[in-house]
Amino acid sequence: MREKILTFIEKNSRIDLKDLAIMLGVDEVAVANELEAMEAERIICGYHTLIDWDKTTQEKVSALIEVKVTPQRGQGFDSIAERIYNYAEVESVYLISGGYDLLVTIDGKSLREVSQFVSDKLSTLDQVLSTATHFILKRYKDHGTIFGEKKEDKRMKML
Amino acid sequence: MREPLSDTVISLKPSGIRKFFDIVNEMDDAISLGVGEPDFDTPWHIRDEGIYTLEKGKTFYTSNSGLKELRVEICNYLKRRYDLEYDPMGEVLVTVGGSEAIDLGLRAMINPGDEVLIPQPSYVSYEPCTILAGGKPVIINLKAENEFRLTKEELLEAITPKTKILVLPFPNNPTGAIMEKKDLEAIAGVIIEKDLYVISDEIYSELTYGRDHVSIASLPGMRERTILINGFSKAFAMTGWRLGYACGPKKILEQMTKIHQFAIMCAPTNSQYAGIDALKNSDDDVAEMRETYNGRRRYLMHAFKELGLDCFEPYGAFYVFPCIKEFGMTSEEFATRLLEEEKVAVVPGTAFGACGEGFLRISYAYSLEDLKKAMEHISAFIGRLRANK
Repeated sequence: MREKILTFIEKNSRIDLKDLAIMLGVDEVAVANELEAMEAERIICGYHTLIDWDKTTQEKVSALIEVKVTPQRGQGFDSIAERIYNYAEVESVYLISGGYDLLVTIDGKSLREVSQFVSDKLSTLDQVLSTATHFILKRYKDHGTIFGEKKEDKRMKML
Repeated sequence: MREPLSDTVISLKPSGIRKFFDIVNEMDDAISLGVGEPDFDTPWHIRDEGIYTLEKGKTFYTSNSGLKELRVEICNYLKRRYDLEYDPMGEVLVTVGGSEAIDLGLRAMINPGDEVLIPQPSYVSYEPCTILAGGKPVIINLKAENEFRLTKEELLEAITPKTKILVLPFPNNPTGAIMEKKDLEAIAGVIIEKDLYVISDEIYSELTYGRDHVSIASLPGMRERTILINGFSKAFAMTGWRLGYACGPKKILEQMTKIHQFAIMCAPTNSQYAGIDALKNSDDDVAEMRETYNGRRRYLMHAFKELGLDCFEPYGAFYVFPCIKEFGMTSEEFATRLLEEEKVAVVPGTAFGACGEGFLRISYAYSLEDLKKAMEHISAFIGRLRANK
């Protein structure tokens, strides 16, 4: 049942608990219990809202940063990753295979703010060997959702 | 000037429901639960294949029976999903949708006066196609108490010495009924004993819930007397691509291919290439769509139960078929008033045969949000009807 619940709420975390239970053909209490258990086990780590900030008046700049680091004995990449992900500006941190080690995404109010974070905070960390910053110009799709116009029903109403 | 039209064509009953449909299609603000096609887009990888083959200039005719690679994939798919074995050389014909295959099957097999058994409620084309082919349609009225499945008794009762073909439309549009293996086994004996042929329209075969689809062609002794019809519209959300197929004994398929060759030439080449990709790479897409439909189906069943509206639980297609007999009006009256008063469009059961009277076809090829909105209106409408009794 867990996987089925997750499949439904991954796309719509606001779904009514009662509706979710009906659609899964199970008891509402059972669904509530599973959700609570998965939250406790940190399988469900949060319920976020997908926002196209470009359509708002809020200025927002995002960047992807490739970071090469020196792993530490006994801790591998974990301790440097922690140093980085604790900054509030950091949106996500991934350990990556290939040409660099960590992929860090940053959200800031302006280019300057992001650049400053990289030059002042990120690059100056001891284990960081180098960084390469890529600013995001446009978001087409995020979390499996295509941004842009609302989808229209193009079907004939009756057929 | 003399009469330009054929007597047979004139004799075809125009769909009484057409007028109602036209009104709905003109109403911009109507909430419709009337559509008989998936609300999903064709999975992108299939569309991508279509685009790619256009770019590559693969725009010529294919062989009459369809691209060989597609026929091979159809056979692989039918083996994998339904344990059916067909020879891509001679036992498979790619058609312009399942509808063409139905027409071809009837035309290839009917002699003047042959009787064709058509269980109703069912899709609207079987009856006119039978008449156009010179056959005589004999309607079997399916019953709600049997969950709209065809029983051995109903079948036996309809058979005369002139009966040649049984159309078997399951999973069913409009009722959502399915025929499980035991139901098929019950009628297979009669079919063999009475030496009938079956045109099995299994276009909704991928859409069954909690019950596996079984093709009658997979039962002992049935393969040689069954034309299996299926297609891409419902399984892969490919309605507009117009792609379907028929499988069956070579002797019949050869003649169907002959008609197809003269009337159609071949199914659209672009769609055929896309179809190869659909059959090979869509298992996950189909599973996801099925799961989504199933959730909506459960939602509607629950909503009808709360409303106290009588509705048997359908296990196939994407329709529910609630009974509205308690309100003492015809299906068309009910649907018309629901449209006028609440701007919700549903299809009167009578659009699918006279025995659909007292029922409505409600499609769940809509998002949960749409279904919930529509159910609020239906609930308000029914509340008023009951209050004014």
